[in-house]
Amino acid sequence: MEIQLRVNGKPHQSQVEPRLLLVHYLRDVLGLTGTHIGCETSICGACTVLLDGKAVKSCTLLAVQASGGEVTTIEGLASNSQKGSGNGAAGNGALHAVQEGFWEKHGLQCGYCTPGMILAAVDLLQRKKNPNESEIRSALSGNLCRCTGYQHIIEAVQYAAKKMNARKPLKMSASSGRTP
Amino acid sequence: MTTRFIGKPLKRKEDPRLIQGLSHYVDDLNLAGMLYAAFLRSPYAHANIRSVDLSKARRASGVVLALSGADIDGAIQPVPCAAQIPDMKSGARPVLARDRVRFVGEAVAVVVASDRYAARDALDLIEVDYEPLTPIVNPEKAIAKGAAPLHAGHKDNVAFKWELEGGDLKAAFKAADKVIKQRIVNQRLIPVPIETRGVLADYQPGEGQLKVWSSTQIPHLLRTQIASMLNFPETLVRVVTPEVGGGFGTKLNVYPEEAIVAYLAIQLGKPVKWTESRRENFQATIHGRDQIDDVEVAIKRDGTVLGLRCRVIADLGAYYQLLTPLIPTLTGLMMTGCYKIPAARMEITGVFTNKMATDAYRGAGRPEATYLIERVMDLVAAELKKDPVEVRRKNFPQPKDFPYATPTGLIYDSGDYQKALDLALKIADYKKLRQEQAKLRKEGRYTGIGISTYVEICGMGPSSAMPAGGWESATVRVEPTGRVSIMTGSSPHGQGQETTFAQMGADILGIDPEQVQIVHGDTSIVPYGIGTFGSRATAVGGTAVYKSLQKVKEKLARIAAHLVGSDPERMVFADGKISARESPKKSVPFGQAVSAAYVAKTLPAEMEPGLEATTFFEPTNFTYPFGTHICVVEIDAEIGDVKLVRYVAVDDCGNVINPLLVEGQVQGGIVQSVGQALFEEAVYDEQGQLITGELMDYALPRASDMCWIETARTVTPTPVNPLGVKGVGEAGTIGATPALAGAVADALAPFGVHHVDMPFKREKIWQLMHKDGRRVQ
Repeated sequence: MEIQLRVNGKPHQSQVEPRLLLVHYLRDVLGLTGTHIGCETSICGACTVLLDGKAVKSCTLLAVQASGGEVTTIEGLASNSQKGSGNGAAGNGALHAVQEGFWEKHGLQCGYCTPGMILAAVDLLQRKKNPNESEIRSALSGNLCRCTGYQHIIEAVQYAAKKMNARKPLKMSASSGRTP
Repeated sequence: MTTRFIGKPLKRKEDPRLIQGLSHYVDDLNLAGMLYAAFLRSPYAHANIRSVDLSKARRASGVVLALSGADIDGAIQPVPCAAQIPDMKSGARPVLARDRVRFVGEAVAVVVASDRYAARDALDLIEVDYEPLTPIVNPEKAIAKGAAPLHAGHKDNVAFKWELEGGDLKAAFKAADKVIKQRIVNQRLIPVPIETRGVLADYQPGEGQLKVWSSTQIPHLLRTQIASMLNFPETLVRVVTPEVGGGFGTKLNVYPEEAIVAYLAIQLGKPVKWTESRRENFQATIHGRDQIDDVEVAIKRDGTVLGLRCRVIADLGAYYQLLTPLIPTLTGLMMTGCYKIPAARMEITGVFTNKMATDAYRGAGRPEATYLIERVMDLVAAELKKDPVEVRRKNFPQPKDFPYATPTGLIYDSGDYQKALDLALKIADYKKLRQEQAKLRKEGRYTGIGISTYVEICGMGPSSAMPAGGWESATVRVEPTGRVSIMTGSSPHGQGQETTFAQMGADILGIDPEQVQIVHGDTSIVPYGIGTFGSRATAVGGTAVYKSLQKVKEKLARIAAHLVGSDPERMVFADGKISARESPKKSVPFGQAVSAAYVAKTLPAEMEPGLEATTFFEPTNFTYPFGTHICVVEIDAEIGDVKLVRYVAVDDCGNVINPLLVEGQVQGGIVQSVGQALFEEAVYDEQGQLITGELMDYALPRASDMCWIETARTVTPTPVNPLGVKGVGEAGTIGATPALAGAVADALAPFGVHHVDMPFKREKIWQLMHKDGRRVQ
């Protein structure tokens, strides 16, 4: 089947088997290996990417289901990452506030859950500017981390929220668009 | 040495690549012409294999090769077991089952195909004729009279018996006012690193080199074992561990797939990759714990513990993995915990059952020991109606007692258990907690307070006490540009050695951490090393780094002194300069002294050029971190739900290189323990099916399951190494389960309950609080 989608801002057109998982399309076809596979059952969230701005688990979505959509992977999160290599892999872009938070607050150890965790946190902060601890815990409960015990991840998200709010002081968008 | 970086919470050097998706784990690697392997695994726990028909699979589209156990018979040696216990019986795991399968998930055949979907499809075309046999699942039944032995040539399912006794046990029990008996079960766990295992192998026939990329904690040991298993020259095997997505002991092992994928690459002359699925990871990667402990404790009325006797049934599973038999013996060594118990005895029976092998899972035998002794202390307190704090305090060795010799033959290096306990009580405001608890009980609310004062054995360890060497290597090479490379045998998988070792390099050489690069996980670059496990990376690996840095520093001091006309002893390394203490004018930039070592025109007489030092550090003892954890839970009597209310952890891991990373290790370890206490349990049914075979059925702790963890530290350096560091990778996991269990038992005390086996699932707790559907009181 033919699919067309944008990944990290770059258009892609591919012929794929109908059964090809989105995560395998991203990793094996596009070479974007920053998105990881942890469980194949939607539990661990290591494969989390943004599809049309919302966090989804790419291990239980077919590539064809993402056709026509806009996908953001961890490689596309830093601000000028598209200028990097041809496949949208990140290079020397300015880190997203959530990435920065994970670095500042030691929100990762082995790093395997991290890309999914970061994108789930981005999704949360798009929906809620100032989540409290319990809201962060709840929003990240679909992403498992076996190393950190989550506490530094909570602090990383709080750091990012603070930083993002400081950058964009209190201006609500009039045209809310499709962001929930 | 001025410490600008050691002891500071530096951000990790590893992180920029990891937070941008730029790092590479095994499955991220792709080589030209790469093929994919998939394994067919037994659906039976116990069966004879009558035949394996690969003909359809071999004809399937994209399939390059399909092999059964018979096809590779003799070509690959079984999985090695490094642990040896006197008179232990054979139980080697064949890399592919030949005549019989002994656990669900045991590999029976392998398929290689052009892509991963084709390889997986072909598995469905393999026809195996099994003759099912009666599975032996329960370890007590396995050693009961008449149980059929799993392994040919054995008379029963006892793999080994191991005994340890110290002190006068008879006298202890004779002098006792009371003897308390309890069965304590430490359930089987599935470790679940978020990255499963993966192997990529490539063989270049012309060069003769076999390259193996594996998600492992022990690249060098793996190289040796692959060479042995394949009878391949070790010098031509290169093992690389790229990024490793968590190990927790599961990757401190050698697995059939590592040897088979390497074998396939040699046979096909093409790169072959295998990535474990999560279901395979549950079935065929090592499990942890699984002990039944029957304990008896002799006590005086005042709470003094006189002696401890314990019979352990350790369910090993069907075969030995690398360290399987060793793990329960660590429980024996640590059975007296942080108490002055003069006499102790443990008898372990290692048992074969139709399950996956158990082996080292974070803590490896010591969480079981801590759980055992801490539950015992709580039971003593309950029996004597004393405060659990008081009973613990009464039995502590005092700081003056260190080094402290245990009846199990260990020498605890240093400790101040009272201090950590006092700090934890203060942070938790223990007195107030007890008052609140009493008040809430009157309102019909059930909170419980649990205390764990633990000591653990880590910094593994002196080679005399280790199965395959306990030293660690480090090479420090100052490159001609002044950049420093540190090659460490402690191959990390999330611990952050790239940061902590750079902090050490920077302080010792008076340069910036950015100038120090840590190299690890490539056997062709790094000197032979042991690996990262047993909380040893800093205590043993870090000491090797420290010693190599000192050697390089001494040489640089001689060079610099020669250049400025001073004495090497008077040279100070700071701010990128090497200067004589007596005069700021007598100073040379770090890079210039380095350059002199390579240009080699102005070196002191008889000095060799170059600037590189290697150390193989052999520790003289283990290290013994300790601490106190206090946990508060509230149980919802309506549904039996256990909610964490507070968690206070005071840990003492000696000196600290990076407090941020220590905190991360402690928090992560605690949450792993919360998993064991509240949710996790590997359940095999009577047919030996692993019914918790996926993350859908095996619950790991989520962010929303946790309360805030309040951490603090006391600092009691170890005399075992010059850094004074003890290690912290497993402390959280070792210290936490008893605190959680104590809290649950305490909450259930009004219901007459003093001990509950983990995990504390709702139904189990609810049943304890209800009889005939009504709340008991």
